[in-house]
Amino acid sequence: MFGVGGGTCSYEEIETTDVILLWGSNAREAHPIFFHHLMKGVRNGAKLYTVDPRRTTSAMWADAWLGLEVGSDIALANAVGREIITSGLHHKEFIQHATVGFDAYAESVEPWTLQRGADITGLPPEVIRRMAHDYATAEQAQICWTLGITEHHNATDNVLALINLALLTGHVGRYGSGLVPIRGQNNVQGGGDMGALPNRLPGFQDIEDPVSRGKFEALWGRPVPNQAGKHLSLMLEAMEHGEITALYVIGENPAQSEARSDHARSILRGLEFMVVQDLFMTRTAELADVVFPAAAGWAETDGTVTSSERRVQRVRKALEPPGDARDDLHIISALAERMGRGWGYPTAEEVWDELRSLSPLHAGMSYRRLADVGGLQWPCTGEDHPGTLFLHGDLWDDPLPRDPAPFFATPWAPPVDELSEEYPIRLTTGRRLDSYNTGVQSRGYSSPLRTAVAVEVAPADGTALGVAEGDRVRVVSRRGSVEAPVLFDRSLRAGLAFMAVHDPDEVDVNLLTIDAWDPKSGTAEFKATAVRIEPLEEGVENRTGVRSVANYPA
Amino acid sequence: MSAEPTAAERFAVDALLGPPSPSGDGEPTQPADRRVVFGGYRHSVESRHLLLPALHAVNDAVGWVSTGALNYICERLLVPPAEAYGVAGFYALLSLEERPTRVAHVCDDVACRTMGGAGILADLEGRPDAHPSPCLGQCDQAPAVFFQRAGEEDTVLVGATHDRVVEVLAGGSIEEVPPIAPQAGDPSLRLLKRIGTVDPTSLEGYRDVGGYQALARAVEIGPDRVLTQIKASGLRGRGGAAFPMGIKWEAVARSPDMPHYLICNADESEPGTFKDRALMEGDPFAVIESMTIAGLTVGAERGYLYIRAEYPLAQSRLQNAIDSARAEGLLGANVAGSGRAFEIEIRRGGGAYICGEETALMNSIEGKRGEPRNKPPFPTQVGLFGRPTVINNVETLINVLDIVLEGGAAFAEIGTGESTGPKLFCLAGAVARPGVYEVEFGTTLGELIDLAGGVTGNGRIGAVMLGGAAGLFVGEDHLDMPLTFEDARSRQATLGSGVVLVFDDRTDFPDISRRIARFFRDESCGQCVPCRVGTVRQEELLARPHGGEPLDEDLFEEVARVMMDASICGLGHTASTAIRSVIDLGLLERSRG
Amino acid sequence: MAEVTLAVDGTTVKVPDGSTILDACRALGNDQPTLCYLDNLTPVNVCRVCVVEVEGNRTLVPSCSRPAEDGMEVATDSDRVRHSRKMVYEFLASTVDLGLVDEETVAWMDRYGCDPDRYGPPADPAVDRDRRKAGHHQIGPGTVAETVHQPVKVDNELYVRDYSRCILCYKCVEACGEDAQNTFAIAVAGRGFDARISTEFDTGLTDSACVFCGNCIGVCPTGALMFRSEYELRQAGMWEEDSQTVTRTICSYCGVGCNLDLHVQDNRIVKVTSPMDHSVTSGHLCIKGRFGYEYVQEVGDLAVTPIDEILRRARIDDRGRRRRPEPRA
Repeated sequence: MFGVGGGTCSYEEIETTDVILLWGSNAREAHPIFFHHLMKGVRNGAKLYTVDPRRTTSAMWADAWLGLEVGSDIALANAVGREIITSGLHHKEFIQHATVGFDAYAESVEPWTLQRGADITGLPPEVIRRMAHDYATAEQAQICWTLGITEHHNATDNVLALINLALLTGHVGRYGSGLVPIRGQNNVQGGGDMGALPNRLPGFQDIEDPVSRGKFEALWGRPVPNQAGKHLSLMLEAMEHGEITALYVIGENPAQSEARSDHARSILRGLEFMVVQDLFMTRTAELADVVFPAAAGWAETDGTVTSSERRVQRVRKALEPPGDARDDLHIISALAERMGRGWGYPTAEEVWDELRSLSPLHAGMSYRRLADVGGLQWPCTGEDHPGTLFLHGDLWDDPLPRDPAPFFATPWAPPVDELSEEYPIRLTTGRRLDSYNTGVQSRGYSSPLRTAVAVEVAPADGTALGVAEGDRVRVVSRRGSVEAPVLFDRSLRAGLAFMAVHDPDEVDVNLLTIDAWDPKSGTAEFKATAVRIEPLEEGVENRTGVRSVANYPA
Repeated sequence: MSAEPTAAERFAVDALLGPPSPSGDGEPTQPADRRVVFGGYRHSVESRHLLLPALHAVNDAVGWVSTGALNYICERLLVPPAEAYGVAGFYALLSLEERPTRVAHVCDDVACRTMGGAGILADLEGRPDAHPSPCLGQCDQAPAVFFQRAGEEDTVLVGATHDRVVEVLAGGSIEEVPPIAPQAGDPSLRLLKRIGTVDPTSLEGYRDVGGYQALARAVEIGPDRVLTQIKASGLRGRGGAAFPMGIKWEAVARSPDMPHYLICNADESEPGTFKDRALMEGDPFAVIESMTIAGLTVGAERGYLYIRAEYPLAQSRLQNAIDSARAEGLLGANVAGSGRAFEIEIRRGGGAYICGEETALMNSIEGKRGEPRNKPPFPTQVGLFGRPTVINNVETLINVLDIVLEGGAAFAEIGTGESTGPKLFCLAGAVARPGVYEVEFGTTLGELIDLAGGVTGNGRIGAVMLGGAAGLFVGEDHLDMPLTFEDARSRQATLGSGVVLVFDDRTDFPDISRRIARFFRDESCGQCVPCRVGTVRQEELLARPHGGEPLDEDLFEEVARVMMDASICGLGHTASTAIRSVIDLGLLERSRG
Repeated sequence: MAEVTLAVDGTTVKVPDGSTILDACRALGNDQPTLCYLDNLTPVNVCRVCVVEVEGNRTLVPSCSRPAEDGMEVATDSDRVRHSRKMVYEFLASTVDLGLVDEETVAWMDRYGCDPDRYGPPADPAVDRDRRKAGHHQIGPGTVAETVHQPVKVDNELYVRDYSRCILCYKCVEACGEDAQNTFAIAVAGRGFDARISTEFDTGLTDSACVFCGNCIGVCPTGALMFRSEYELRQAGMWEEDSQTVTRTICSYCGVGCNLDLHVQDNRIVKVTSPMDHSVTSGHLCIKGRFGYEYVQEVGDLAVTPIDEILRRARIDDRGRRRRPEPRA
């Protein structure tokens, strides 16, 4: 946000903050060790609000759980913003000093009365008011979010709506206050750091800025494309339209992980040429023309990854990779060599040192320092720089040494996949504690917690459908259908269903999901699908290992 | 572990906690409509103190705590089931297994075992509804049996016989017996003056003989001057540690950390001790009045009276006193017109001697296992719910009434220099008139035994247990010892909780010693290694001579030393003192032959 | 920062206000034995092996949690201290299997001259410890020394609980509860010598609130709690700690960035721990970080394939092609 993509806080700050809004995140299951830090904060007296359609195991700990309608986050944020302004609780000095666009923002949220917010979110107005006041009046406060915010067709607006609240209250750029997106994968942050974004060079340097580009061109002796590339959703579109005909997939399983996965598979099948580089013969690899067996990036090779607190840490080779598997770096270097543009076979450290010479954010992070101090948080601009605990402290400097931070008006739009009489149930998807994404990695170990993927519904809905726990049902969306056993979950209200995404071979949830995506980030709306649930005929064998885990706060 | 509660279990819990609300706690009644739930961690912390009362509610109603009942309590209070199980299993009177609806706990402890308790128990052996019990605090009417009755009030049978126990187990009832008040009518009495002469259930009766004048006076002169009088009185705690009261009260009264709490420690469980029971059963308003004065003085708005579960009569009398006092404005939002609020809540123990230790007692109220805390910090700094807390036992608090009415200086005139005021002693065993006796500090042990009618049995003293199982045994050479803190200290003795349990010289002291060893092993909380293992090793060492081997005195001494030096709390520190005194008196040797 | 000055064994030392006596001893390089203490857990001071003598205190005090005060005179090697420490170790060694404690503990026990055998031959293992009731015990003949020996609990594919090795240090309870995981699957149950670590009603872990993070195992000082992989290799006589390498890396799952120490034997990960002194994890992990490594090595289903068999196979051919793991029900 504000130029560089990274959470503004360090984990330690949440241990002493005063108010935490955990918004669209079930951190207790999806980010358990972050939740340890969060719980230290709660035990130290922080008020915890969780905003989530499901009363998750994280929400069990909250002073207040706000079970809003799926996809009504902007409505809630705008109503909170308006309430803060009309109550005079916004941080006028900070807004004046460090932001732009407040008036337009205030105007844009003006229609968002508590009542209107309540109408859209389904929450009582009083609880919206209470959260607004607690957040605004806290000495320190953080908003933490994950995929519940970003897996929507308006993901970027969702994030901006939250950023607006931080700007409104000055809860950014100070120890204990900030904006904390917790990354879903171990190197999402590092991928961004390294320029794996359509419009960025390493270190978040703008690809359209000739000065930045020039540094890279000078070192590499080659021109760098001068305009932004495509993100994944645009790439799929381009493939569909025949604009992209060849694809090199590294460590990704789009044949199963994309929304509306049958459609994605047919697009991949239509390619002229596809290379897949992976640890496993994934469903995507099965469609490929060439497969490079890769070494595991965290246990069989050296390198770095960056965490959600912008901490760059080293990964190290502990195992010899099996068979012909090779380090990603080796494969890419060998490929370059075969293409006639070889650069030799640099070590991971040599590559990293080149990166440091080009990315000021990382300049001070030598391998030795990274090892000695247990990782460094960017920006770390020189060998004597200690790394940065929290970002945007300079918003409080006088005079302001940078461009002010902008407010953005964030209009609310409902989920694309509308509920109807035919599709009356809102299905949302997510992770479980012991599993991960399409399960390629996490299926490898014997988890006592693992259960078959089921469609989880409120007991009242189950009763209305006339099914018992364990009965198999058909879940039908406008795009496809899957069969799965049904499980009653008291954390769900009537009209809301949940499915985990981890076992697409058994239950391909993404046959149901919609490929409507956010035009800015390219993320698809995995979190909001309209479905109906049909009981299957009786007598089908119960194939679930049904198990509920109690998670009591204490 | 999943299991559902029965209707009766649910009813018992809801009767205590109220019906579940849609959003106030863990389990809403209408999950379908649920959009908001308040509470979470905060609710769990704030309601944890209701765990033991909730467990009691189920145990009382159906006789035991099933998996389904435990789960329901856990859902309502947001307590993890493993923790609730650990808490429930800490208390001997809570059952985690189904058992008969009536259960007899037959005292076979040091006083009752020689008075027939051991025999009754032997005759009941094999019955699933009869268990041995540590001291029930009825030593003046030994032998005693405590009955738990599912769906009915618990009750106590004194002067028990085997036949009566069997009758009661089969559904028979128990009539209330008049209190034993050997000094009743003696005009010099201060602490016992109303016992046996004034109706303990009538606030009016209490007021007719001067009750609640002390509270009126305390309100009139204000907390600072009450504190001044307490300090001037030289009053020391009667629970065993003899800590100066004024210092404790002042520390809490002056602490800026709010809120403050007052606790009356009525978990009288030291074997041989029954004086607090006599006060609570016979003069409950005095207990409530003195707690009220203490609460106002130290700036507490809430007082807890933690009473052992084996005292059902005392509990009901106290509850009646609290209710009556509240109805008359002597408790509540404006105590006796003072403009200050004070409330008293009774909390019942669950059968755990260790909960008489002040910090274990606090943990027990908080809904945790009754494990003592490390000190420092002391309760005056970090006490109940982490707040400054005054904790006094019943007898100590009762003294406050006279101090407020007559002044600290007058009180200090009674007794001796370091040991001011009157003192209660629990006379039992081989004496003619067992009971609670009030004397001035300085009365000798011999005079006290004479007051109780002298030694019965064969008339020859074998040994006197002074101060309880955590105290020690003394011989005839101590009959001239004035009963004061300073004399006890100079003769390496202790007054402890005021136990004077007399054994004649035909007593089987090795058996008594083994019973004491068993007691400490049973009652050790198990937290620290020296006590958890030391009490086992001590019992094993004493069992060996029983089989004919001589006692390994050196090893016994080593075991005793580590318990004394390195245990967390007083239980471990004193778990070997009484047995060691038996050894020192040569009684372990003498009786073996 | 304010400092306090105290004397330890006659040597004066200044430590920051709020330090414990143990901190002061360590500042002097005068280390004290501990069992229930760990830097990343709240001190419970129950083992009493760190006790020291403080002038003016009637009893010994636990150095791990007693705050250092100005003017304190501390003795760490007086007769009383040595006696208590010897006895605590003896009490434990005579009741618990200490065969897997660290070398430091063994050295302390030697130093204090422990002789656990003098309490008599050990009693037979008990099968009823999980059902014992507070306030009632079977009175033994005194000819044998009671122990906590009991059958090993193996009720899942990731953990083994051998409570014959449990010294009741409370560390696992703290790690499972408020100090880290906030799961509260286990707690101390029972009372006195029958106190024990237990789930509710001693139900199996898979039926409890356990989320298999392994943080209890991470803090266990006696090997009572053990990863099943380690347990089975030990049972097979194939646990070779000396030949293992430990490599620090970062977990491959979510974006929190947990440090993992991979313990590798014969090119296979046999255990995963996390550094106690790292700010991200403080030594604690989740089930994926702790156990989710299997996908990089070809391990069959532990439920049906003995680990020694897997290891034997690995030794013969550890260059086999990685298979895509099959889904498990």
